[in-house]
Amino acid sequence: MTEPPAIGGPGGAMELAESEGGGLEGKGPRPGRKGSGKRARSLWSDAWHDLSRNPVFLIAGLLILFLVLISLWPGLIAGRDPLSCNLGRSLSPSSTGHWFGFDTQGCDVYTRVVHGARTSVTVGVCSTVGVAVLGSLLGGLAGFFGGTWDALISRLTDIFFGIPIVLGGLVFLSMTGSRSVWTVVSFIVLLGWPQVARIARGAVITAKQNDYVQAARALGASNTRMMVRHIMPNAVAPVIVTSTIALGTYIALEATLSYLGVGLQPPTISWGADISAASEGMQFRNAPHILLYPAAALSITVLAFIMLGDAVRDALDPKLR
Amino acid sequence: MGRYVVRRLLQMIPVFIGTTFLIFVMVYAVGDPVNAMFGDRAPDPATAAQLRSEFNLDKPIWQQYLLYMGKIFTGDFGNAFNGQPVTELMATAFPITIRLAILAIVFEIVIGIILGVLTGLRRGRPIDTTVLMLTLVVISVPTFVTGTLAQYLLGVKWGWIRPAVSPEAPAGELLLPALVLALVSLAYVTRLTRTSIAENARADYVRTAIAKGLPRRRVTLRHLLRNSLIPVVTFLGTDVGNLMAGALVTERIFNIQGVGFQLWQGVVRQNSPTVVGFVTILVIVFLLANLLVDLLYAVLDPRIRYA
Amino acid sequence: MRGATRVTWTGRALAVAVTVALTATACGGGGSGGGGGGGGSEAGVVRAFWTDPQRPVEPANTNEVQGGKVLDMAFRGLKKYDPATGKAENAVAESITTSDQRNFTIKLKKGWKFSDGTAVTAKSFVDAWNYGALVTNKQVNSYFFEYIDGYDDVHPDKGEPKAKKLSGLKVKDSHTFTVKLNQKFSLWPETLGYVAYSPLPKKFFSDHDGWLKKPVGNGPYQVDSYTKGQVMKLSRNKHYAGQDKPRNKGVHLKVYTDQNTGYTDLQAGNLDVVDELPAGQLKNAKKDLNGRYINQPAGILQTVSFPMYDKNWQGRKANLVRRGLSMAIDRKEVTEKIYHGTREPATDLTSPVLKSAGGYKAGLCGETCEFNPKRAKQLVKQGGGIPGGRIKLTSNVDTGSHRQWMEAVCNSINHTLGKNNACTVDPVPTFSEFRSNVSAKKMKGMFRTGWQMDYPLIQNFIQPIFYKDASSNDSHFADAEVDKLIDKANSSDEAAAVTTFQQAEELILEKLPAIPLWYQNGNAGYSDRVSGVRLNPFSVPVFTDIKVK
Repeated sequence: MTEPPAIGGPGGAMELAESEGGGLEGKGPRPGRKGSGKRARSLWSDAWHDLSRNPVFLIAGLLILFLVLISLWPGLIAGRDPLSCNLGRSLSPSSTGHWFGFDTQGCDVYTRVVHGARTSVTVGVCSTVGVAVLGSLLGGLAGFFGGTWDALISRLTDIFFGIPIVLGGLVFLSMTGSRSVWTVVSFIVLLGWPQVARIARGAVITAKQNDYVQAARALGASNTRMMVRHIMPNAVAPVIVTSTIALGTYIALEATLSYLGVGLQPPTISWGADISAASEGMQFRNAPHILLYPAAALSITVLAFIMLGDAVRDALDPKLR
Repeated sequence: MGRYVVRRLLQMIPVFIGTTFLIFVMVYAVGDPVNAMFGDRAPDPATAAQLRSEFNLDKPIWQQYLLYMGKIFTGDFGNAFNGQPVTELMATAFPITIRLAILAIVFEIVIGIILGVLTGLRRGRPIDTTVLMLTLVVISVPTFVTGTLAQYLLGVKWGWIRPAVSPEAPAGELLLPALVLALVSLAYVTRLTRTSIAENARADYVRTAIAKGLPRRRVTLRHLLRNSLIPVVTFLGTDVGNLMAGALVTERIFNIQGVGFQLWQGVVRQNSPTVVGFVTILVIVFLLANLLVDLLYAVLDPRIRYA
Repeated sequence: MRGATRVTWTGRALAVAVTVALTATACGGGGSGGGGGGGGSEAGVVRAFWTDPQRPVEPANTNEVQGGKVLDMAFRGLKKYDPATGKAENAVAESITTSDQRNFTIKLKKGWKFSDGTAVTAKSFVDAWNYGALVTNKQVNSYFFEYIDGYDDVHPDKGEPKAKKLSGLKVKDSHTFTVKLNQKFSLWPETLGYVAYSPLPKKFFSDHDGWLKKPVGNGPYQVDSYTKGQVMKLSRNKHYAGQDKPRNKGVHLKVYTDQNTGYTDLQAGNLDVVDELPAGQLKNAKKDLNGRYINQPAGILQTVSFPMYDKNWQGRKANLVRRGLSMAIDRKEVTEKIYHGTREPATDLTSPVLKSAGGYKAGLCGETCEFNPKRAKQLVKQGGGIPGGRIKLTSNVDTGSHRQWMEAVCNSINHTLGKNNACTVDPVPTFSEFRSNVSAKKMKGMFRTGWQMDYPLIQNFIQPIFYKDASSNDSHFADAEVDKLIDKANSSDEAAAVTTFQQAEELILEKLPAIPLWYQNGNAGYSDRVSGVRLNPFSVPVFTDIKVK
């Protein structure tokens, strides 16, 4: 009754024995393995050293730099006015000078995709960072300290999971009169942190069990030091993975909120809003291009961040050296 | 262990009270539902006043809450505006949604973990890249589009399935909706498994196991996968909420009157009994799911013990 | 060795998962199954699209199309509107007579019965109307009885009712009753085809809960069963005494969560009639359905109104701006590109379904409703520009595809005025929030107003919307001259009434508190299993005429 299922018993003990060595060994950089020769750089500087030589990281970095540039100065590559629309050209396919064609309202899709980057990238990146920071912090606390902390934070996540997005949106976002990108970001962070918190908590609970952490504790390491130096690097992978995917879903969520009438107000342009406009009433059936291009822009952004996340994660994992 | 479980179950009480109150206040904050009942006309004040008193909307919010809670303890969750008891709505919506969610989770577990293990063991190979591309498509194309397309192709063009799920919603008809619903989560499960597998594949216990001469399959399944599953299990635990309450789009496309749809209708019509009732039950489900996940930690990693 | 005893735990987990899934399958299985062609109980029965009504289905408590659909099938009032011409014809009424446009004597035909076999008598009507008017019964359509003498006593604005029954209703004998109105209203008999005026059987009063579960009426169909959220099954009412007897065995109203799903199910052959086609499918509907698609005028007018209670919108200059904005909208292009011809640019404040005899007059709006960019720009300039330089177009966005036409209208205005942010869309998340804001006079710029007629009379398009303090006067427009003309119309005989209402309408269009946008058509698609499908002027399918192959 009170024991976990039998499969956890003796076999687990065996694996514990097996993983002991890995855990201890895996902790720091091992001289001689990747020929860096020099004595123990810190984990973080080691990671940076790896990253700057990783082509995946460089490609991701360039992509992200490009996204940032067009977010700041969309006019650089799209000179037209994104709000100048002519219903007469509604849903026309691509033509010279209008490579991506026109949407339902007769706006130039290319111009809108370029001009939509600012909102979408800001919402995506800021929400993701916010959720990741707040979520890992609370989840980390819950997992690290356990007991009352855990009970309080975990039950709070339960309640937050229960709030339907539509309701939360109606309540929190309807109350703020004029909604900026930051209102939407705060809202996404408010409803998004519980998921990351749970994942971080799970990861911390596992990492905490590692013998090197126990050893560090026995050696009298402070809580902060243990968190930052020993647990975090080992718990960060699942958070990075979920965050990079969540980035895409947050960009889409912004559109859902706008669609419900509680998101960014027109005439704000965003990929999400254009994707949902294309989906509404199956507009895309007659003109797939109005869905294709903003969706592709969203894909490329997510791809850039997934690549970045993978590279960072690999760099932080000493076992992969 | 037993005491731990009991303690967790006891924590449900404050969560229950907290949630009901929070949701109650939120629905209240959205506004007055009576206006909408009159359609495009200005509500006739006398009738509106009568309706408000029928639904206790004329009382201060704390009193409304107490009246509502008093009824809940007698098993009365109130009525929807069309006179249907909320308990009746829950009795039809929850079984359907639970069926849908279970199927979706099975898809996530089976497909997600298989793809995750394959890509994790073959990082950078064609299969890894292919799966990554599919992941990107799944993330950037809205569920609405994938859902309606799948429905159109399978239901109308090829005629393999009935496009709309019948009111009884047998599991057979829920297969496609469950797959559509699981798609985005599949992306998460695959990537989480992949990362975890890749991380652990070089762990010494795996090398030891291989060195001992254990067959590769066994090493992968018994040693590698088991140790890689904690983040995946955590994610699945959090996903229960998505699958149950957030299935609105999928439910609308496939004509499933499940929890997501009822919740959405309740919110749009500002029917607090429906919303509060459904959310309360949902929060209890999340609590149990979370407890289950915590217990699974101990199974997956025996070093984790609960006192 | 240990490996053997421990089995593979993943294998076990999978086994558990599969078992659970299988169990779930078993639990849910067994239901339905019979698809396509419609087996057994569905033979000869029309399967139609439906969504759950928000309120209980009672004649005086239903004000939305979906509930109205059922009432239209299960009830017949004193009058009935001809599905083709929209003319009010006697149904249960033998005659309705008056000498002073205020006191009416109503004689009923003999032989009408409710589907439970009880007779339809004068009392069935009087009791039903008294029930509908009494404030404590909380019927949202109470105001339909407001013209009957004694309404203020049974339905006071505040406090308890002083009487239980309308003093203006008197039963003379089993099939005769008299009605006294509190003002002259010559067109009143023509309004009596509205469902709120339906008769109710004894059971409604003796076993209300039972009646709600399975409504009993005197219409061509009877309700066999009603499972909320799933289906309402109706079959022929054996006792029906009207001329329009059903040409099919019955109707199953199937509840759908979404219009698109209904449309897909129609394409797949699992549904016969869909009367709400999703906007995005309109372009393809004709082709998808091999021409089994209906697009015909309905009594629905879409307008945008201005807050006449706002100082910025009063006065002669604001009138010029409104006129300019109206002329800045390219109605034709919007109806073609966004609605694919399922809307017609509006040129008056009524609807083509009224026909010219009923008060519809094409072009009454004149150049104000015609797209004329030059003149529009000029008028807005003359009027001192849009108040505040920018204007918002407000509507709820949770129902209908309002966002699209709003964007198109704003773009059209911006394009005409040569300023890309002169008009912006202001989406309100829910219908109830939008209605609350409108009732609370919170509008600042243009806002969506639409009118779906209750009965095919010009009075219904003018009085509830433009009479001072009328129930749907959302712009809070008030003009003594208009009111005087409306009063005059109501007290003159029918033919004179129509022309007088048109004079009022002309005056309203001059003041322009609301800009007419377009007449909305009724749309429907049907399967190859049925024939004879058409819509009535209320855009509800005429179910009695449908034949099933």
